Order: sequence, then C-alpha cells, then structure tokens
Amino acid sequence: MGHHTTVKEDVGIAVKGFIILLIVTFIEVGIALVGNGHIIEGFKLPKLILMVPIMIAFSLYKAYYIVSIFMHLGHETKGMAASIVLPMLLFIWAITAFLWEGKSWNNNQNYVNDKNKEGVKEVKENKTSMIQTKDQMKTVLSFS
Amino acid sequence: MANETVIETQEHAHDHSHEVNDKELWGGGVEPFRASYGKLMMWYFLLSDAFTFGGFLIAYGALRFSMNTWPVPDFVFQTAPFGIDHAPLIFVTFMTFVLIVSSVTVLRAVQEGKRENKSGVIRWLIITVFGGAIFLACQAWEWTNLISTEGMTVYTNPFSAHIEKGKYLTFAELEKEANVKGWKKEKIAGHETFYFVDNEGNKYFEKKDHHDQLPKKMEVDLATPYLITFSHHFHDYAPGAYKTESGEVKAEQYGPKSFGTLFFFITGFHGFHVFSGVVFMLIIAIQSWNGTYVARKNGYEMVEKVGLYWHFVDLVWVFVFLAFYLL
Repeated sequence: MGHHTTVKEDVGIAVKGFIILLIVTFIEVGIALVGNGHIIEGFKLPKLILMVPIMIAFSLYKAYYIVSIFMHLGHETKGMAASIVLPMLLFIWAITAFLWEGKSWNNNQNYVNDKNKEGVKEVKENKTSMIQTKDQMKTVLSFS
Repeated sequence: MANETVIETQEHAHDHSHEVNDKELWGGGVEPFRASYGKLMMWYFLLSDAFTFGGFLIAYGALRFSMNTWPVPDFVFQTAPFGIDHAPLIFVTFMTFVLIVSSVTVLRAVQEGKRENKSGVIRWLIITVFGGAIFLACQAWEWTNLISTEGMTVYTNPFSAHIEKGKYLTFAELEKEANVKGWKKEKIAGHETFYFVDNEGNKYFEKKDHHDQLPKKMEVDLATPYLITFSHHFHDYAPGAYKTESGEVKAEQYGPKSFGTLFFFITGFHGFHVFSGVVFMLIIAIQSWNGTYVARKNGYEMVEKVGLYWHFVDLVWVFVFLAFYLL
C-alpha cells in the first residue's frame, strides 16, 4: 500500500484535527460554565432543552471526526465501515430502553416512599356491608 | 453470458486496485474489505469494547435516571492541583486537552509509519507515551483528592444536591433546637468539636466547608449542591444540620451511592485502557527501533493498529467526559 500524501499534508491533517477537537471541547466546557451560571452572575441557560442536546450533538460530532478522519474509517471500503457502524445502531434501542427503565424505577420508588409516609391506618370493620342482626336488615337492604 | 464477462473485465481493467475479478478472487491472497486481518480484527475488538463501555455508560444513565437527586458535576469537579479551588471543570478540561494532543501525536506516528520513517515513528510514539502518562498522573491526582480529601469512595458518596429549601443552622441555633427536642450533645474525642445525636442515632453537625468555615451562603435552595465534610479528627463524615421551610431540622443526606461506584469503575476502566495503550506503545516503539517491522515488510502495520486503539481510548473519553462532567 503506497502513501499518497506529503509530510506537509500529513501535518496539515493533524493540525486541523487538533484545532477542531480543541475548539469543540472548549465550546462544550464554555456552555457548561456559562449555562450553569459560573461566568455571568445570575445568568443561566435552560438545561434540558438547550444545554443537554447541544453537548450531546457536539460529542457526537467529535466521535464522528475521530472515527472518520483519525481512525480513517471514512477511507475504508463501504462494507467494512458498515460492518462497524451498523451494529452501533443497537445503542439507539439500548439507551432509550434503559433510560426509560431507570425513570420507571424512580417512579416506583417514589410511589412506595409516598405510601410508606402515609402510614398504616387501622382498618375498621365495615358494618354496612354485613348483616349481623335481624334488625339491621331494614337499614342495610334499603333500596331508597 | 460470455459477452457480459468481457464487458466487465474491460470496465475494470482501468482501475485494477479497486475491483477484483472472480479469477483473482479465487486465486487467493485477496483480503476481505481490502484490510489486513490484524487491522480488521483490531476494529472488531474496538467494536466489542465500544459495547462494553456503552453498557457501563448506559448503566450510569439508568441509575442516574432512577434517583431523585444527583451530584452536580461543576461542584464535584472544581478542585485542581496547586491549591486551585472553585474552578469548575478546569482540571478535567486540561486532561481532555492532553488526550486530544496525544491523539494527534499518535496520528503523526501512524503517518510516519506509512512512510516507513523509523525515527519519526519512534519520536511520535514516545511523545504519545508521555501524553498518556500525564493523563494517568492527572487521573491519579483526581482520584486521590476525591478519596482522601473529600471522602468519596466506592461505598460512600458524600456529594449530593438538596431537594428542598431551607437554611443551615449555626451552632448556637442548632443547640437551641436540640435542647428543645432533647437531643444528646456529644464531643469528638480529643477535639473541641461538638455535635448532637437524636433518638434514632442520627448525627447533626454545624455545617462547615472544606476549610472549616461556615458556608458562604447559609440558604439552602432546590438543587444546591453540597458535600458532607469528612472530618479527619473524627474519622467520619460530619453531616451539616439545616432547617427546612416547614421548620424541621434535618441532617444532610448522603448522595446516591452508585455515583461513586460508577465514577471509579468507569473512569478506572478507561484509565486501565490508557495504561495498556502506554505499555503497547512502548513495546511498539522498541520493536520499531530494533527493526522488527522492517523485517516484517508490512509497512509498520502494528503502529497503525495501536493508533486505532489509542484513538478509540480518546473516543471513549469523549463520552465519559460527556456523561460525568458535562451533563
């Protein structure tokens, strides 16, 4: 396998990758610090709808860049790339399913905790449902 | 049929390196996906390793979703060496920077390997080894600080965030409340620190921060992060007492135990990968130096494989960084 690039081009690829990864990381940390109110007093960004999606998107971009350029998968045959990338799609299911599951544990636990707080009340015998004497018959079986 | 075959051969005669005809394919010596066995297997190992790390990080996600409260990363990771404090995420950003630099230097080693430039390969591999070693040293410092200074272990997590509003009590206020409730006053042996014990055996301390000072803000808000101070005189944790808005006196609750366990397990597993990579790169640098790869005549393929492994370690860090430090 011959090489097709000059030293200058190789260094160019390395420097470009370094700058891109560094800038993306700085943006992520910057969003975390500004968004959580560490830089500007009293200023925060909405976490769930803005910060989280942006940071996940930037991380995925970094992952794509490392795999495609640094690990050279973009230049391998399509079949090879597919045999590595396609199994990764299982993560879509796994992440959805297990985060859902985690939330469900949380709900169940909170339900149990709330019920425990209520305490046990003494259950009084419900006399209206049972006819004990002949005299009660009238009151219990009234159809009015 | 014969006609078709002829056309196909003619088409591909121009570009022989890209397509292999049936005759050549069955003649042997053709690699699937036009990648060597070793490189392909390295990729499939990395795929399986991705699922291992993925499984750990998904476990982290599921457990985090199952808790009502979770430690706040910018509060937990705010210390750095040389006495730097209140600098959220700065140290870990430096660690990430080191890993990015080492990823780029290993890329240079792979490029020089393809050029069969022995001295270039050795130089860039050794630089990458230094990068890996710096990363490991940083992680060692981070762990030491978390374990011995802040008291987070695999079993105990003193970091958490408040889930109700209230106010920390000064010692005088706490004593007043304790007298009304009839709590016992106790003293740390050999030290002038008092605390109170309620009927169920829970301990209530005056809230102190790292530097044994009262916290800057006595008000407790929703999601305010806190650390239960580990008292080195006492050899135990000293949960600060606070009064909720409804007038109840409570002691700080420990955070989810799984935070410490997951943190040490996942960053430890990643650190183990970094350590292995450093060892592999040292071996490969030595083998480059003694001419093993020149004798193999395969264009320094081993350097390419360790390059893949090292980039993968950087790739995993992207997601460890996301899960533990950013979100």
